[in-house]
Amino acid sequence: MRWIKKLSAAVMLSVTTVSFAQAVELGYPEKEELTFGFIKLTDMAPIAIAYEKGYFEDEGLYVTVEAQANWKVLLDGVLEGRLDGAHMLAGQPLASTMGYGTTGHIITPFSMDLNGNGITVSNDVWAKMKVNIPNNADGKPVHPIKADALKPVVEQYRDEGKAFNMGMVFPVSTHNYELRYWLAAGGIHPGFYAPHKSDTSGQIDADVLLSVTPPPQMPATLEAGTIQGYCVGEPWNQQAVFKGIGVPVVTDYEIWKNNPEKVFGMSAEFAKKYPNTTVRVTRALIRAAKWLDENNNANRAEAVKILAKSEYVGADEEVIANSMTGTFEYEKGDIREVPDFNVFFRYNATYPYYSDAIWYLTQMRRWGQISEDKSDEWYKGLAKSVYRTDIYETAAKSLISEGVVTATEFPDFSTEDGYRDPQQHFIDNIVYDGRTPNAYIDKFKIGLKKGDKL
Amino acid sequence: MAIATMFNRSSSERNVLERMNQWVAEKVRMLLPAVLGMLIFLMLWSLAAQSIDTSLGKFPGPSVVATQFSVLYREHVEEREKAQLFYQRQTKRNELRIAKDPNYQPKIRLYTGKKTIVDQIGTSLITVLSGFVAAAIIAIPLGLLLGLSRNLNRAINPLMQIFKPVSPLAWLPLVTMVVSAVYVSEDPMLDKAFLNSMITVTLCSLWPMVINTSIGVASVESDLMNVSKVLRLSMFTHIKKIVIPSATPLIFTGMRLSLGVAWMVLIAAEMLAQNPGLGKFVWDEFQNGSSASLARIMCAVFIIGFIGYLLDQAMLLLHRMVAWDKSSVNL
Repeated sequence: MRWIKKLSAAVMLSVTTVSFAQAVELGYPEKEELTFGFIKLTDMAPIAIAYEKGYFEDEGLYVTVEAQANWKVLLDGVLEGRLDGAHMLAGQPLASTMGYGTTGHIITPFSMDLNGNGITVSNDVWAKMKVNIPNNADGKPVHPIKADALKPVVEQYRDEGKAFNMGMVFPVSTHNYELRYWLAAGGIHPGFYAPHKSDTSGQIDADVLLSVTPPPQMPATLEAGTIQGYCVGEPWNQQAVFKGIGVPVVTDYEIWKNNPEKVFGMSAEFAKKYPNTTVRVTRALIRAAKWLDENNNANRAEAVKILAKSEYVGADEEVIANSMTGTFEYEKGDIREVPDFNVFFRYNATYPYYSDAIWYLTQMRRWGQISEDKSDEWYKGLAKSVYRTDIYETAAKSLISEGVVTATEFPDFSTEDGYRDPQQHFIDNIVYDGRTPNAYIDKFKIGLKKGDKL
Repeated sequence: MAIATMFNRSSSERNVLERMNQWVAEKVRMLLPAVLGMLIFLMLWSLAAQSIDTSLGKFPGPSVVATQFSVLYREHVEEREKAQLFYQRQTKRNELRIAKDPNYQPKIRLYTGKKTIVDQIGTSLITVLSGFVAAAIIAIPLGLLLGLSRNLNRAINPLMQIFKPVSPLAWLPLVTMVVSAVYVSEDPMLDKAFLNSMITVTLCSLWPMVINTSIGVASVESDLMNVSKVLRLSMFTHIKKIVIPSATPLIFTGMRLSLGVAWMVLIAAEMLAQNPGLGKFVWDEFQNGSSASLARIMCAVFIIGFIGYLLDQAMLLLHRMVAWDKSSVNL
């Protein structure tokens, strides 16, 4: 009880100081009562923290935070206006803006985190995979574990006439692309989509059949034997270790170091109608992200306590803490340091880079969700209409002028063009440059290339 | 001496004592099996719980569930305290803003924090009662008409037989889509989620009432019908004085059945459509998958059962209050 009092006292204080300064530059929010949706995953943390720490209230926003059943319900909620904003998969605003799946113009002024996903396989598959993986001097498997180790297992399944099924959370989810990337890098074909032929199963030519399962149900589905593995965010990989039903083999940090993960999505209409509200929401989220990474993750233990509440993620504290506090448990007992497993603020994690958007678009093209060739300009244009760096910039600059954050914590806005420098550190060592998406797509062995059409 | 007076005085007192003893013995005899049953249930439950290992840990036994009840209550109290602080902060913020922006119309917004179990019970009760009342308003007049007119009955009966066994889960998607298409307003008075649950409850709890009412009306004793004919009662008086009183027992049987159905349907609808209420509480806990989740779901199970029982008893009480023949109502 005492901490609530302390908290409220702190909030009161900050309200009096902060709101005085901001009224000069930024207008009051046009809409004050907001409802935000989220899926029970630890990377929804910025929303929970902005609420619990009173950052939303500091902006004069009264926010209700609501867990959603699955990603589709969540997206529909934002498009229908039932939700004013939501924790979204990076692919969702892009896909819905270009009209793949549910159509509607969604924007994102704020990128929520980097990394945070893992791929888990069942105990049985792990036992068969393990023999293909060399060991370190300490007797533990060499990381990163590549899908090459899985390939013989998949082949064995095929020879026995059985399907090898894996779960991911949504057709346009980061997990789908990460899982596909990992499988394809190991020579396993994850299957194509052909929306122009109304085939959206994503299983054409597939060695491994991928299908959608909502994140919280992943462990139960794995346990039931419906799938042999899955790619999902936390705490659902660690949950599998704790329950002894599966083994996480690789994190997305190892597949692509510091890959962009969730974004905060709002409808374009909302952002246009309520510009001050949009900027203020962004400000609150930036502050929350900063708090989460502050002083070398010093606040993470408190964040874990908040996330473990039943209205947020609701899983046991120790399960959430396992990944949130900088470690990751692979095989039971094989706990390794992954300090950057969840990044909320460092490395400009919150800035909505166009190049991040374009990477997802290249993967949509690679796997056929975008069925035809598109020009580099098309990729850039779409990224620009969805990833709203302008809103982010306004929010960040106003926070800087109030002294809440320092300019060094952000990209240099006067020179930033929204494209990260060519990125290495992919599991297959292919370099990604967001400025030349078509050239990038042609680099992959497995996947559609320029001119290909199913 | 003393013994003698006591003996004298107590001849009538002894009678009272004896009767009291008898009464106590009677009660004990009645309660004993119930208590025994309960004890055996608790024992079997805790034995069974110990031997069931789920992926969320052991199945919760009675003591774990009891602890969870107190945790739920504590969470409720804490949330209420948080709400109070929320209102304090809000008032302060409004004052600050008025000081700078005199045109601002301050408004107190409702607490935005989580719904506690008590709130969820409240929501569920309101939803089930509104759905049930709506069903009763449609079903009882419809039942009367069907009971009075054999042809109308023949026309509608087949439809009713088809719709009656439909599970709420089948209705729900249709209701959801129709509500979101038809109920469009900038500032809706009623929540869509509330409407979805309510309409689903109405659709499912309609039928027992319609059927029982119509049977009740159709089976009015012929003597009474003849009396009505001889007296040349107007249609209205005929219904009011003859039909309704004789059909009351069956109307209430229908209402009781309906309310039971309504309560069960509501929990399913809330679970599936994520509408606020006890059903959502159960679903959320299932999704959380924490080590306390199963115990919390068990708490909800007991609460749901107990409220269902209370609703049934309330319906009986209502029946007794309006019935002319009190002996026809058995508790």
